Amino acid sequence: MAKNIIEKIWNQHIVYEEQGKPDLLYIDLHLLHEVTSPQAFEGLRLANRTVRRPDLCFATMDHNVPTRNRDEIKDPIARKQINTLQTNCDEFGVPLANMDHPDQGIVHIIGPELGLTQPGKTIVCGDSHTSTHGAFGAIAFGIGTSEVEHVLSTQTLWQSKPKTMEIRINGKLGFGVTAKDVILAIIAKFGIDMGTGHIVEFTGEAIRNLTMEERMTVCNMSIEAGAKAGLISPDATTVAYLKGRRYVPEGQEFEKAAAHWLSLASDKDATYDTMLEMNTDEIEPFVTWGTNPSMGSGISASVPYAKDFESESDKDALKQALAYMGLEEGAPLKSIDIQHVFIGSCTNARLSDLRAAAKVIAGKKVHPSVTAIVVPGSRTVKKQAEDEGLDSVFLEAGFEWRESGCSMCLAMNDDVVPAGERCASTSNRNFEGRQGAGARTHLVSPAMAAASAIAGHFVDVRELEAVHS
Amino acid sequence: MEPINEVVSVITPLDRKNVDTDQIISKEFLKRIERTGFGKYLFYHWRHNADGSEVQDFVLNDERFKGSKILVAQENFGCGSSREHAPWSILDYGFNVVIAPSYADIFYNNCMKNGLLPIKLTMSEVEELLANGQKDPYTVEVNLVEQTVTGQDGKSYSFEIDPYYKEMLLNGWDEISLTFQYEEQIANYEKQHQHT
Ligand code: SF4
Repeated sequence: MAKNIIEKIWNQHIVYEEQGKPDLLYIDLHLLHEVTSPQAFEGLRLANRTVRRPDLCFATMDHNVPTRNRDEIKDPIARKQINTLQTNCDEFGVPLANMDHPDQGIVHIIGPELGLTQPGKTIVCGDSHTSTHGAFGAIAFGIGTSEVEHVLSTQTLWQSKPKTMEIRINGKLGFGVTAKDVILAIIAKFGIDMGTGHIVEFTGEAIRNLTMEERMTVCNMSIEAGAKAGLISPDATTVAYLKGRRYVPEGQEFEKAAAHWLSLASDKDATYDTMLEMNTDEIEPFVTWGTNPSMGSGISASVPYAKDFESESDKDALKQALAYMGLEEGAPLKSIDIQHVFIGSCTNARLSDLRAAAKVIAGKKVHPSVTAIVVPGSRTVKKQAEDEGLDSVFLEAGFEWRESGCSMCLAMNDDVVPAGERCASTSNRNFEGRQGAGARTHLVSPAMAAASAIAGHFVDVRELEAVHS
Repeated sequence: MEPINEVVSVITPLDRKNVDTDQIISKEFLKRIERTGFGKYLFYHWRHNADGSEVQDFVLNDERFKGSKILVAQENFGCGSSREHAPWSILDYGFNVVIAPSYADIFYNNCMKNGLLPIKLTMSEVEELLANGQKDPYTVEVNLVEQTVTGQDGKSYSFEIDPYYKEMLLNGWDEISLTFQYEEQIANYEKQHQHT
């Protein structure tokens, strides 16, 4: 019977199944970071347990790390968390790319970069954006700290079989429309809880044409649609990306692995519990105006009116969001002034993202009322960008060029947007207070963020000459 | 974790949908390395003004609901981040039960691992509870064995829960100890998949 990739990978990982119970699922790769792991290691210690397969774990420090001066962590509790991860990894033998390690970076950026992330794997991390790794055709999902502890001690998880969903994006992406706009448009159209209980496979011409880095942007935000995980069937693009990466097999072994990976792609007649569809002509460069990722519109639109919504609870949600965001109903998105620009996060801080932003700002200056920072997703990305001179493009335009980490995506370090100020951000969450208490976040693509840094307000990146050349 | 079965309490009506875990527990409080002590930070920015004073009309600051063990909210409760600090803070604050029409998946799982009972009722049932709870303090009795929620006026609702999780909550089981009983199966799986 024809199977989709989700069923194939799931079935290959069942350690034990019994009617009326969730499946006991084997986990191939466990990624860890400093914020959601301390209580899990502590649990092991208290119960006198060990890490079953340290060789299948990989840890890094990203959420708390300073992006300016690495040696100075002002917050003593953050420092404690970072030191705790070091101690835990030393004690339990877990491989760690700590702050000084050349491989350090945001956990979801370095997994793929190092080739740890591979098709067909089950991948977990105490972090909801673990869905990023699904871009390779892996089942990758975020877990809580108790589950982190469970995976550390058993290398398995009890999981009820999720429903499957196909989201098909038909057609070619229009000029100036990016992967970020695709996923924002999907969430705006179908809602932030459309994926609850499901693993989503993204399919269709527009998805097939994306590069691996773009696919990661789409899968990264599948959690913002409520999905347990999002993934894309592996193809030649996936195989080519992985070839030569550190943790990927070489020579004949690689050929064997590649053949296995390709065999995981959904069968032609595979079916899903739910099927959604969207055409690319519905998608233009996106800006969010509200306090969850579904509250966004194409750049040519305006903030909606309460009267556009039917239910009372939707009207209320709009009013609450606009009150927090300091916006009026009906305000054109292009009229919104911004004070901060953040190019970073596991959604959009890979090399291609930095290139896209650099292209827009080359030879221009950041608007005088805007503070703009670039935080590369990993030390590797930072080095690659410097090797091709992108750092000077940003610095000359007036951007700050930082060390890698999560930074202003959740503002757990010193990179905070002040209350009442607005930030055009390439990250993934615009929840209240996400970038600082009272901060107002607008989610956009790297090119849109760059363009608004220059203009001081949102603009349609398609109208800029730099983009056409 | 603590076993849970019957809980009798006034409900706290939090009439919002898509309550995300960033609101439940804001990131500046995630830096502790313990599981305890998060209760005072629950909904911190909804409970407090910028100057630290209490927001008068926020439901958790309403005297009538002090000591409540049951939080009732609208759909898609607990969306966003995977932080288990969210159920930790809800429990530590004093709630043992959440009632909503739907939950985000990770949050729902996290509740189960900590002995916080997430009950799903239908949208209209939740609206009825919220309306009752907003009018006057409204007491309900939750019974996990029976899978029922019964209001002070005798109005009763039943809910579904996965039998596996039900057992775990009722007994306060530690899931890791349970899984150790499958050591042989795990070892076999590893033998058959040595390439990974
Ligand atoms: S960059 Fe943001 S979303 Fe990604 S892992 Fe870090 S905090 Fe989470």
